Amino acid sequence: MSLLNLHLKVWRQHRGQPGHFQDIEAREIPDHASFLEMMDIVNERLITSGQDPVAFDHDCREGICGMCSMQINGVPHGPERATTTCQLHMRHFREGDTIWIEPFRAKAFPVVKDLMVDRGAFDRIQQAGGFITVRTGSAPDANAIPIGKEVADAAMDAAACIGCGACVAACKNASAMLFVSAKAGQLNSLPQGQPEKDRRTLAMVRQMDKEGFGHCTNHYECEAACPKEISVRWITKLNRDYAAAGLREAFVGRQEAAEGGD
Amino acid sequence: MALDSKIPSGPMATKWTRHKQDSKLINPKNKRKYTVLVVGSGLAGSSAAATLAELGYQVKCFCFQDSARRAHSIAAQGGINAAKNYQNDGDSVHRLFYDTVKGGDFRAREANVHRLAEVSVNIIDQCVAQGVPFAREYGGILANRSFGGAQVSRTFYARGQTGQQLLLGAYSALNKEIQRGSVQMHSRTELLDVVVVDGHAKGIITRNLVTGKIEAHAGDAVLLCTGGYGNVFYLSTNAMGCNVTATWRAHRKGAHFANPCYTQIHPTCIPVSGDYQSKLTLMSESLRNDGRVWVPKRAEDIGKPAHQIREEDRDYFLERKYPSFGNLAPRDISSRAAKEACDEGRGVGPGGRGVYLDFAEAITQFGRKTIAERYGNLFDMYQRITGESAYEQPMRIYPAVHYTMGGLWVDYNLMSNLPGLHVLGEANFSDHGANRLGASALMQGLADGYFVIPTTIAPYLVTQQPGAVTTSHPEFAKAIEDCNGRIRRFLGNKGKRTVDSFHRELGLLVWDKCGMARDADGLQEALRRIPELREEFHSQVLVPGSGEAANQELEKAGRVADFMEFAELLCRDALAREESCGGHFRTEHQYPDGEAKRDDENFCHVAAWEYTGDLAKPQLHREALHFEEVHLAVRSYK
Repeated sequence: MSLLNLHLKVWRQHRGQPGHFQDIEAREIPDHASFLEMMDIVNERLITSGQDPVAFDHDCREGICGMCSMQINGVPHGPERATTTCQLHMRHFREGDTIWIEPFRAKAFPVVKDLMVDRGAFDRIQQAGGFITVRTGSAPDANAIPIGKEVADAAMDAAACIGCGACVAACKNASAMLFVSAKAGQLNSLPQGQPEKDRRTLAMVRQMDKEGFGHCTNHYECEAACPKEISVRWITKLNRDYAAAGLREAFVGRQEAAEGGD
Repeated sequence: MALDSKIPSGPMATKWTRHKQDSKLINPKNKRKYTVLVVGSGLAGSSAAATLAELGYQVKCFCFQDSARRAHSIAAQGGINAAKNYQNDGDSVHRLFYDTVKGGDFRAREANVHRLAEVSVNIIDQCVAQGVPFAREYGGILANRSFGGAQVSRTFYARGQTGQQLLLGAYSALNKEIQRGSVQMHSRTELLDVVVVDGHAKGIITRNLVTGKIEAHAGDAVLLCTGGYGNVFYLSTNAMGCNVTATWRAHRKGAHFANPCYTQIHPTCIPVSGDYQSKLTLMSESLRNDGRVWVPKRAEDIGKPAHQIREEDRDYFLERKYPSFGNLAPRDISSRAAKEACDEGRGVGPGGRGVYLDFAEAITQFGRKTIAERYGNLFDMYQRITGESAYEQPMRIYPAVHYTMGGLWVDYNLMSNLPGLHVLGEANFSDHGANRLGASALMQGLADGYFVIPTTIAPYLVTQQPGAVTTSHPEFAKAIEDCNGRIRRFLGNKGKRTVDSFHRELGLLVWDKCGMARDADGLQEALRRIPELREEFHSQVLVPGSGEAANQELEKAGRVADFMEFAELLCRDALAREESCGGHFRTEHQYPDGEAKRDDENFCHVAAWEYTGDLAKPQLHREALHFEEVHLAVRSYK
């Protein structure tokens, strides 16, 4: 194990106020430490020297809760492919490196403090339609509807999304299409999700637009930044589902579409 | 006060059915008048909040994370048990019940466990209907795998992220109800205290973690679904934010804390690499289906790379000691066996605290592709953390704190002795006894939330006048003032040490004296040192910033203050339980071959502790455990 000396440029901001970069020297950081453990060490030192520690979101620290964020040297979750910030380790940095650390930036993700942002927009999109309406106790036997392995596996690929928002932060338009398409796509591709497919698709896309996310212009930065490697093919599927649902809504009428739609 | 477990009468197999039939109902029009406060949004909290809202109750749900989806249930990897017997391998409700009672070393309440096994089958149905993408076979039906402590394949799974998929299912049900307006969700909101009015839990005090605002919420019942207390050890597989505050604050307000000494040490975690370490990462137990656990037979071989150690020089100690379960021996047993091997100087890796989990044979037998399909994401995670490839060399693993079987005491209705306060999931004590089997935590969280509490809350609510207590009651103002006082003391302290430094010190002490092996001398020493450390914490802790905005150090300070008090009860319970059972291993009580020695004559009971106002003198209440169906026996996996 070796120790690294690093120059950090860390974004500092209070809610509703302008922010700025602060220079912080991070000395003698063990290269086995994770990126967030490096931040812990830095914060301990800031606190004991009477300064305000850097606020950042984190929880499970094993790459699944989606709470950690951070734009590291301009890339959401930093340089390692398919890796969340909490799983990024300092062995990927070199002695003397300068590291720029910023919050995920998007109009729909306002800064709470320093590197913490409010991703409540993601919750609201899912509240708009990201579910299958099934009351507890009303489900048929789990094996009653066979679902081919390929279909189940594809749904699982989409379901792997951890809702971190890296796709939004990576996109120059701050579009949430990769997230929304994965969420809608999981349910839209399963037999259980068919009855509400149109309703779900329209509601989620409309809520996404209302939250102030930008449009997708097919640059696919989102896929490159996604720690769970969600494919942009889901965006294609969402576009298709949205077009079909929109047509049915326009020609058949919302009520009838809802009642007997497909 | 005598503890009444309210176990229904009649034969074990019909207790739950009869209890449901006998339970009081509330008509739909009246349900709307009741408000239920659900604290926590993991599997238990989300499923309870969604289901109660479907039934018509007004629900308010709270979580400290920025989204309900991030609660720590999300990190469960391996799977969820259910007695579906889709494999036709002889599983049944009774067998799942039996395995769980035995796995818990005969320290769980039989009636609760039977109910858990019964509703397990409904959980899978529910989750599939929600769109949870469980693994399937080519024919389109659900796949299963086997797990520790069982000889049947009853575990349903979704790659290595079953917890996330089940939680997303429950979260989607919650979202559906939020959209309908029947659940009011409060994220980034942490419970600071429970409010008791005339002996009933009638509300909570919370802090908004963005604005710092302290708020009061009144309800007709309070549900704590706040998880376990594993972070008392500082290093654990729990998320950084997991804490004991909700259950501890409720304990201080009168709820009994049961069996805190039952802590689960998971055998397969990535070993500690340095003192900067903030958490330990679990490698799913499912890896033991194909991985073989070993250490060198001779201490002089430990420095060599694994591939240079010949087959005959390897000690596959689980297979040797437990031939019928082998590498799938239950967690407590596997963990202790690993510790013993390391104590003998045969541990591998830096510091000698590690054993190998080797996939070489499985890769030869099934091919690298198949192994990658089964465990690819776990192998990737291992590589990211350690920089080593488990395809090329064996994983190094070591036990770590993972789950806590103890929790607030509850009766059959999941209500604590404090009327109105219900406790679900890991936060209660009831179903896992002294040791939890793999893939049973998810089962219990969802059983409690989807199927148990929606039935068992009604008998309490019918006795209450809905909305009778509001936040204008003086108890709320008093509780708010207490919370503000604590915050002011932290911020005004101006000490010299960080919260984390104290947490780390406490964790090391508790791990050392009350970890995988415990003895009276060590526990007594811990009981001397914890109050000293607590005092030092309150006089020396340094909490920067203010209370009127996001302040993560202040959040941590409140949690660590509660761990400092809780740790004492944990050690006291471990000292009082003069036997070894499940996750509680007292070195004084073992058989000559090192196996745990239970004392059914004196300790076949639940130890429920009452807070008396003096942390050094909690009052012990005992609930005797009666075994009607499963006969008390030495728990053997040989």
